[in-house]
Amino acid sequence: MAEATHGLGGLKYDPAKRTRAPEWNVFGALVLIVLIFEILNRMQGGSFLFNMRDNVDAIFNQQRLDIMILQVAIIGIIALGVTQVIIIGGIDLSSGSVVGATAMVTMSFAQTALVNGNPNPKAIFGDWAMDLPVIVPIVIGLACGLLAGLINGLLVAYTKIPPFIATLGMMVSARGAARWWSNGQPVSFPTAEYGSLANGDLLGGMTFGLLSWPGQNPAVVFVLLAVLFHVIMTYTLYGKRSYAIGSNEAAARMSGINTDRHKVLVYAIAGVLAAVAAVLLTSKNLTAQAGMGVMYELDAIAMAVIGGVSLAGGRGSILGTVLGAAIFSVIISGFTSIKLDAYYQEMVKGAIIVGAVVLDQWRQRKRTRG
Amino acid sequence: MSKVILETRGLTKHYGGVHALDDANFILHEGEHVAVVGDNGAGKSTFVRQVTAVEQRTSGDVIFDGQPVSFSGPLEARQAGIETVFQTLALADDLDVPSNLFLGRELFKFKLGPFSWLDRKTMRDRTMEALATTAVKIPNVDNPIRNMSGGQRQCVSIARTAAFASKLVIMDEPTAALGVQETAQVENIIRGLKDRGIPMILISHNLRQVFDLVDRIVVFRRGRIVASLRKDETDGNDIVSYITGVKGGTDATYA
Repeated sequence: MAEATHGLGGLKYDPAKRTRAPEWNVFGALVLIVLIFEILNRMQGGSFLFNMRDNVDAIFNQQRLDIMILQVAIIGIIALGVTQVIIIGGIDLSSGSVVGATAMVTMSFAQTALVNGNPNPKAIFGDWAMDLPVIVPIVIGLACGLLAGLINGLLVAYTKIPPFIATLGMMVSARGAARWWSNGQPVSFPTAEYGSLANGDLLGGMTFGLLSWPGQNPAVVFVLLAVLFHVIMTYTLYGKRSYAIGSNEAAARMSGINTDRHKVLVYAIAGVLAAVAAVLLTSKNLTAQAGMGVMYELDAIAMAVIGGVSLAGGRGSILGTVLGAAIFSVIISGFTSIKLDAYYQEMVKGAIIVGAVVLDQWRQRKRTRG
Repeated sequence: MSKVILETRGLTKHYGGVHALDDANFILHEGEHVAVVGDNGAGKSTFVRQVTAVEQRTSGDVIFDGQPVSFSGPLEARQAGIETVFQTLALADDLDVPSNLFLGRELFKFKLGPFSWLDRKTMRDRTMEALATTAVKIPNVDNPIRNMSGGQRQCVSIARTAAFASKLVIMDEPTAALGVQETAQVENIIRGLKDRGIPMILISHNLRQVFDLVDRIVVFRRGRIVASLRKDETDGNDIVSYITGVKGGTDATYA
């Protein structure tokens, strides 16, 4: 059918009547916030985004961009999963703890036998678990995340308890498991291959004119996963079902969607994504601690909410979350750049999360009023 | 007489001690449009809920398309060919019109379990065709239906039913919340079904509409079928008499 006839029943097709994608609002907010920090920096005689040093040939402040991208990458990966959970009308409070537990288990299988010629002082298992091929800890790690996600999903789908409670339970239990694993001791000294997972550079410092890619694997993985899940959520049945369940679960069930099974799948994917973050985090730090990932779940939820993902379910997108993650990162770097005290940073961060939800509620009310 | 598409024999539903539906014997022929009328609580919606298996009947038989059936749920009823517009809209507000029309029966470019690739273009084109025949007024089908008026949403819901209608369509008060113009659109869709020879059960309070659209009128009163009249052998006053109990007299057992 021709484009001109998209209007129906005598109404002209009106491209202006097309609802503007809410991602544009988030993008606008991102630009605005960057602008504010740029102005604040200029008032202090510096620049937020741009290179001010005469001896460096670059347009942008490359160091700051690199830090911003890396800062956001690992929690951003978690946020991709959390976004999908929120879209189906759920919530996942467990991701930070799942990172902690997965980090401990994964690292135990990534240890090297000899550290500077001496036996590994932090060895968890005997020699059989030393110097394993790098794929082993990765697979074990992802399996841990999958297990946690499956338990979350099965609890939510089949016991019908609120997702808040189910994942709160997992949040506490997984943190306990992380501490129990090695009696609260850190697990350290991974193999060289494992250490190069996050510290390596898969793409090899790419340069686009005067802008260069930070060239670190967590950022590469984040971007690849974001693209993958954007495509899945937009073009496949999985995405269609997710939005349908979040919009009107009864209607989705009535239409023949197995909503319970779909929920298990979504929570499982969120668990695996938390595990990916754990693998990258331990590889980056070359150690695992039981306290890893504390508060990550809230940061991930904040990224999604700032990116326009509605806690009521059904609305939001992976693209929105990526933009939300960018805003999140700009705010943190921005505060540092204007030398604002870290305590203020956290206070303002909290206010921004609340503000984003208030804005969402307000938009929703406006919409239902017509 | 032509083939019987739906028949209920002694269909009964009790909610605890409440006899919501008692011994309903109902016949619908191929291509026939029948209205079910009655006062609030007369058992109309209960009757529909038993036929579409939203609820499980207490006793009685449902014979659909020549076979005794016992659907486990509305989904199975739909798969057998019974399309229903329920009073509560079964739409996902955050999806656009094609997604709602094809909810649960999406078309694919290729299948890969839950990650099957949607054929969005074909679904959209088919949606445009389906809506064009119904004269529903929607400026842009790519918008989420959240932003549409109640009438437009109801029209989407009914267009979905009409588009996939195969053996039987049931509409439970499809125009209850609609304005004059939107009601006319829905009635046009119903006439389209008649032209296509698809049988329909219409539940309605609007007697003008009923006389306009259907061949036969079945009156429910206090859980029982008290009359089944051809349109041309009755009139509005007659029907009202049955609805209110002036005629039909089975009340004796309840009084």
